[in-house]
Amino acid sequence: METQLPERNVLYGWVYDAVKDRLGDDWAWLAYALGAITVIMVAVNAFLLLGTLFTWIERKLVGRFQARVGPNRAGPFGLLQPIADAVKLLFKEDIIPRRADRLVFNVAPIVMLAPSLMALAVIPFGDRTFVADLNVAVLYVVAMSGLASLAVLMAGYSSANKLALFGSMRAVAMLVSYEIPLVMSILGVTILAGSMSMVAIVEAQTIPYILVSPIGVLVFLVAISAELNRPPFDVTEAESELVAGYLTEYSGMKFGVFYLAEFANVLLAGAIFTVLFLDGWEWAILPSHVWFLLKVMTFAFMASWVRATVPRLRLDQILEFAWKFLFPLSLLNVILLAAEVIIWPEPSAGDLLLMAAINWIGAIAAIPVMARIVSLSSKPVGLIAPEVR
Amino acid sequence: MTLHTEPVTVNIGPHHPSTHGVFRMRVTFDGENILDVEPVIGYLHRGTEKLAEERQYTQVITLTDRLDYVASMTNNQAYVLSCERLLGIDPPVRGMYLRVIAAELQRIVSHLVATGFFMQDLGAFATPLMYAMRERERILDLFEMLCGARITVSYMRIGGVFQDTPEEFWPALGRLLEELPGYVDELEGLISANEIVLTRTKGVSIIPAELAINASLTGPMLRASGVAWDLRKAAPYDVYDRLSFEMPLGEHGDNYDRYLVRIREIRESIKLVQQCVEQIEPGAVRATTAMLFRPPPGEAYVPIEAPKGELGFYLVSDGSIAPYRMHIRAPSFVNLSVLREMMVGWKLADAIVSLGSIDFNMGEVDR
Repeated sequence: METQLPERNVLYGWVYDAVKDRLGDDWAWLAYALGAITVIMVAVNAFLLLGTLFTWIERKLVGRFQARVGPNRAGPFGLLQPIADAVKLLFKEDIIPRRADRLVFNVAPIVMLAPSLMALAVIPFGDRTFVADLNVAVLYVVAMSGLASLAVLMAGYSSANKLALFGSMRAVAMLVSYEIPLVMSILGVTILAGSMSMVAIVEAQTIPYILVSPIGVLVFLVAISAELNRPPFDVTEAESELVAGYLTEYSGMKFGVFYLAEFANVLLAGAIFTVLFLDGWEWAILPSHVWFLLKVMTFAFMASWVRATVPRLRLDQILEFAWKFLFPLSLLNVILLAAEVIIWPEPSAGDLLLMAAINWIGAIAAIPVMARIVSLSSKPVGLIAPEVR
Repeated sequence: MTLHTEPVTVNIGPHHPSTHGVFRMRVTFDGENILDVEPVIGYLHRGTEKLAEERQYTQVITLTDRLDYVASMTNNQAYVLSCERLLGIDPPVRGMYLRVIAAELQRIVSHLVATGFFMQDLGAFATPLMYAMRERERILDLFEMLCGARITVSYMRIGGVFQDTPEEFWPALGRLLEELPGYVDELEGLISANEIVLTRTKGVSIIPAELAINASLTGPMLRASGVAWDLRKAAPYDVYDRLSFEMPLGEHGDNYDRYLVRIREIRESIKLVQQCVEQIEPGAVRATTAMLFRPPPGEAYVPIEAPKGELGFYLVSDGSIAPYRMHIRAPSFVNLSVLREMMVGWKLADAIVSLGSIDFNMGEVDR
């Protein structure tokens, strides 16, 4: 397990060396800049392209789930559909409501997309492929994912639309509730790995943590789908209730950016899940990058599947679920893992298996008990309606 | 510190994804809790009742297609039954059987659509809706065989139906009847025991039996509240007196019961069509009548059990070739009257689901 951590990214090193060898040491700054820009360009564009492609994948998948064909007109298998959509959005009129807060309204889409691109910086996509190996990467990712809700609040608030405001208020309520179990489940992984660096977490997984920390996986998956506004937690843009929620007043490419950011965020969440629980790029049969991508796509597939299957919960039920079910479970997870790490400070693969056994017993015991205690119900909100006319 | 809050009034509709057409509600919210709701209708008013006064009795049939456009067959049926009562025409037995087959298939279609959109309102990402639409498509194919049209059918005539069935109809109907129960099981498997559906719909927007009767609700809305009233049993028309079927009843009158009653009625309708297929015999499908009807002065009203409730056309004749007055008793319109009782005190998300559980159709409400 004593792998030497690579000092730098493969691609960056290649560009840096090539420029520096040609121009000499005086131009090291240029080599540094070019290398950095190359890496950023590749990472960001690949991510956005993949996000665009994922819109097609999801539509095709959901189509199959719904006994339909899905997009199949533009290009082979409808592969050009995302491009056709983007062109359509580009040509649409960009409408800003008269009473909108123009600055906030215009900035909101950028605030939505930027954090997910920034979070990319610390994700190791493959063997020695990352922009930065931050030693607080996990914290950084959590901070970035929280920013998306700010964008939702900005969009809803600035639209001067009541339905949009409803949507953004819901987003804030969700953020406050679901960030905590999410962080708790990630905390479990950090305790296990003894590090917050994404690369170190992958290196530490002699056994994928999906096996070691079942409660953590459950809590993470539920909380992340709330964070991503995916069903059954898609109350912020609940189509049947709020038309399009915070997106209601957006049109043209601003809408496109929101839309893209949402799909890209699913992939980002998939990447985080892969790093934290699926052992990142390791155990590869295929080249490590392809292997990583496969794991991300498996997550994305599951996300699409869930989306096509479940109806929506009500906001108060969602919050109830977070505070009464997920939060205690995630606490239990952290306590279990912390106790185990005290017993086995430097867990070997065998120790991890032992921990897995304990955690699975804990999960199988705790989850039904918790489910019994917390049963959601639709209670009337107990208002006496005054005559407001 | 107490914050000053005030209620917010929001227009839900007329352009809104889940108001099932151009229905508008002025909703007063306290946060997300509904304090008051006021329905505003009339956005789809086409003056059907007035138009009927300018048209011959046969020509009105095409207008009825466009009332509840999810259930055109039953609209036709209600209209021609009233006309036949007015004119004193007895349609041949085969014609009546064909009407019942068409009407029951139409009921299946309507309930499927209702269930699909009900789930859509619950926030399911179109999956149950698409399942429902897939089955609906096959029934519409049958309608196409019967009369050449799928939605605006105009299949029924005063004194029977438009024409006898084509050859390919019966085998296709047989196949459908074989496969439909499986399809319904599949749809129900997605919904009936789904934890989220139960959480969201059980105990929500309860209509007690007393309120249901006082609001003169009819159809699945009434039966979900536990009131056993079905015009097919209470005042049989066409050949319903020769057929046997059960009347599914709800217990609590909540949103879940309304959904469940519809799904069970689909199963009963399948049974009814099967009985018709077994009992139907060859013969004329349409009585020999005059080309132009001149009913004697008088009035007629024959209510039928349309998918959404009691549908009837009140016709007044002054002896001319056009109705003197036609009034439509539209179930959707009457069923909407409990809107306030269903919604006040609940949250926005519940209100939308309750609206979906009413299963109204604006073509019929605004006429």
